[in-house]
Amino acid sequence: MRKIQLFALILVLAVAQFAMAATPKDTLVMASRIDDIITLDPAEIFEFSGAEYAANAYDRLIGYDVDNVSDIFGVVAESWTIDPDGKTYHFSIRKNITFASGNKLTADDVVFSLQRVIKLDKSPAFILSQFGFTPENVEQTIAKTGDYSVKIVIDKPYAPTFFLYCLTSTAGSVVDKKEVMKHASGGDLGYEWLKTHYAGSGPFKLKTWKPSETLIMDRNDQYWNGSSAMKRIIIRHITESASQRLLLEKGDIDIARNLQPDDVKGLAGNSDIKVRKKAKGAVWYLGLNQKNPYLGKPEVREALKYLIDYKGMESSILDGKATIHQAFLPKGFLGALEEIPYELNAEKAKALLKKAGLENGFEITMDTRNSEPTTSMALSIQASFAKAGVKLEIIPGEGKQTLTKYRARNHDIYIGRWGPDYMDPHTNADTFARNPDNSDDAKSKPLAWRNAWDIPEMTKLADAAVLEHDSAKREKMYLDLQREHQKVSPFVIMFQDIEIMAKRANVNGFILGPSFDSNFYNEITK
Amino acid sequence: MSKERLLNHLYALGRLLAVVLTTFLGLLLVTFLIGRVVPIDPVLAVVGDKASPEVYERARIAMGLHLPLWKQFFIYLQNVLSGNLGTSVLTARPVLEDILRVFPATIELAVTGTFLGVIIGVPLGVLSAVYRGSIIDHITRVIGLFGYSLPIFWLGLMGLMILYANLDLLPGPGRVDMFYEDIVTPVTGLMLVDSLLAKEYDIFKNALSHLILPASLLGYYSMAYLSRMTRSFMIEQLRQEYIITARVKGVAEWKVVWGHALGNCAIPLITVIALSFGGLLEGSVLTETVFAWPGLGLYLTNSLLNADMNSVLGSTIVVGAIFLSINLFSDFLYKVMDPRAR
Repeated sequence: MRKIQLFALILVLAVAQFAMAATPKDTLVMASRIDDIITLDPAEIFEFSGAEYAANAYDRLIGYDVDNVSDIFGVVAESWTIDPDGKTYHFSIRKNITFASGNKLTADDVVFSLQRVIKLDKSPAFILSQFGFTPENVEQTIAKTGDYSVKIVIDKPYAPTFFLYCLTSTAGSVVDKKEVMKHASGGDLGYEWLKTHYAGSGPFKLKTWKPSETLIMDRNDQYWNGSSAMKRIIIRHITESASQRLLLEKGDIDIARNLQPDDVKGLAGNSDIKVRKKAKGAVWYLGLNQKNPYLGKPEVREALKYLIDYKGMESSILDGKATIHQAFLPKGFLGALEEIPYELNAEKAKALLKKAGLENGFEITMDTRNSEPTTSMALSIQASFAKAGVKLEIIPGEGKQTLTKYRARNHDIYIGRWGPDYMDPHTNADTFARNPDNSDDAKSKPLAWRNAWDIPEMTKLADAAVLEHDSAKREKMYLDLQREHQKVSPFVIMFQDIEIMAKRANVNGFILGPSFDSNFYNEITK
Repeated sequence: MSKERLLNHLYALGRLLAVVLTTFLGLLLVTFLIGRVVPIDPVLAVVGDKASPEVYERARIAMGLHLPLWKQFFIYLQNVLSGNLGTSVLTARPVLEDILRVFPATIELAVTGTFLGVIIGVPLGVLSAVYRGSIIDHITRVIGLFGYSLPIFWLGLMGLMILYANLDLLPGPGRVDMFYEDIVTPVTGLMLVDSLLAKEYDIFKNALSHLILPASLLGYYSMAYLSRMTRSFMIEQLRQEYIITARVKGVAEWKVVWGHALGNCAIPLITVIALSFGGLLEGSVLTETVFAWPGLGLYLTNSLLNADMNSVLGSTIVVGAIFLSINLFSDFLYKVMDPRAR
């Protein structure tokens, strides 16, 4: 027996040897959900995690202050002027930028990058092509006028901030023309290569990307705007909130990006860990399909807006992860409407339903993706709908499955989350308040189309707002548009997202912006 | 060789080929159809929710989804036969390349698990056969019962909670600590071997510590199965007359048990071990998810959740091929070791 005890002791000691130390001083280890990344090419990236990668690996023409979005400044573009016609923009390019490859960044690279977005025509290309660029005309409309100057001609005299904000998006990233073209094959402009490789000038360069596993970036020592204290950033894909929390508490990671409210609460007493929050642009909403005869009635649409327990959800399910918001422009955007006229009121809802001839309620289904917090929100909505006799059947499904149904307009109600594509108000007006063609084979299919909401008048108003140059007037146009929209639209807009990030107390300088392409790592210290 | 024997051999070979081919074809067809029938739009996985209709349509045509189903299957079959499993949506890389990259992690886990299962399970089985009804037999049975009935993800989570979260004896999920990721260049893909080749002894130690818990769990399941099987094989052998003869001749008892009886169990045991190894490869889907172990199981799970049908089909073919070859291999060993089976 003695021997066995001794053996056990040795075994325990041997195993204890393996218990680990903290992460190295110059390496940041972060747990996050990065399985949405499907490409590393800035001309194609349209996902949250991908946008964050591009923000740290590439430089864009224009940037904005993350705390005051209306403050726009040049990054790769040092300055710019706009001709009186409102359509011609002249950019002068910063001269001291070198790509990680050692090549100098010049006007050639800028022109190549923007033309490339148009020619490749991947998912985010519309952000630029909505200004009238086509593969045929882009050689003329986006052109080099000197080694460090670029001229861009757009099709209509839009509000200047609309165009400039679009250049702050990932599609406005500048890629290294020489490096990319070295790997081009068959006229693909390096597309196959850049999907999994890197050709940028940002503070960090790509080391490895293993999809749904790890993304590792190393410091780019060529970076022109201050060297990062971190030599390496390791992002590990970890889905579960509880696992992220455990790793953070153990010190195996420095930052956890996807904690659920329960786990954030559980960290409250821990002085080694700090929690930071930042309002993001995404809004949570219900889409009511106008093809459904009940939902097509205006009284029913408004009644359902009174049948949501906004406060209850905000304080329980979404605790800290979202704030009540009922207009299509999120707070922080020009013209965002912050009024919240709707709250849970079953009596008002009943009266409205009676007016619609539905005093006994009706039955309806809702397609719900089976992940949190969507599932819990659906349950809360089911309970509050029942207060006015509306029987809600929840149809759970995998994310892409519910989306497939939604895009085909085969749903009754869809519960979803929508993130803006760039910081100008037109991004959400374009999808929530514009529907140029409601036919089944329409060319453009915004959210208003997906819910079969035919609105020729409102579409005209939204089109006029984006051409207004006077900022104050433009703001008023959006406020009016949202008030009308709030009342009549088939969108029950409920909440605006808040990003929660938990970090070890010694980690500082992570810049959290209002969107994922403005989350920056280069000032992090630990 | 007589003409008749040659014909017999040819016949056996032909039958084997027919079995392998139909199994593969069936496997492919069923997986392919499931992939097309699920109400998920595979184009969405490629272009994302916000793509314009033109971009969407172009991607649909590029993926060949506008063709009739039988044509799609035929094209897929042609590609597979020429060694092209298609490109993964999720990773933007050829599926075959992906599988070769992730598979060593699964092998490392399954080999270690099977090894542990054999060195513990077989002796336990022998002992409980020899001392039938004794305390050892009962303990083995209870342990085996747990191994059969407890779901592996539960044991995995409990193991992590106790040994990692509470006691701090073992590291958390993953193949190595995160800051060791991607330091060693993969040669074999086996972390233990690669870290030794690169003379990174800290990483070797770290990788070994990460392997302990998941491999022990898989080993436990394999052990539960092997000890039961060994026990019944041994009981069968110990009843044989040659054992009585050996004992009468005065051969030492340990030699009778471990030499004569166990030696004669070797052939069925090999089949059982091979099957258990195949089972571990397949059973690793849950283990790999719990332990964030970047192997084939996790790859398959991720692909499924992202409607990445090329990867799902590719992984299925690989797992199917391995199962088939394990079966063929154990049949072959059987014939080599037992002249009666020839």
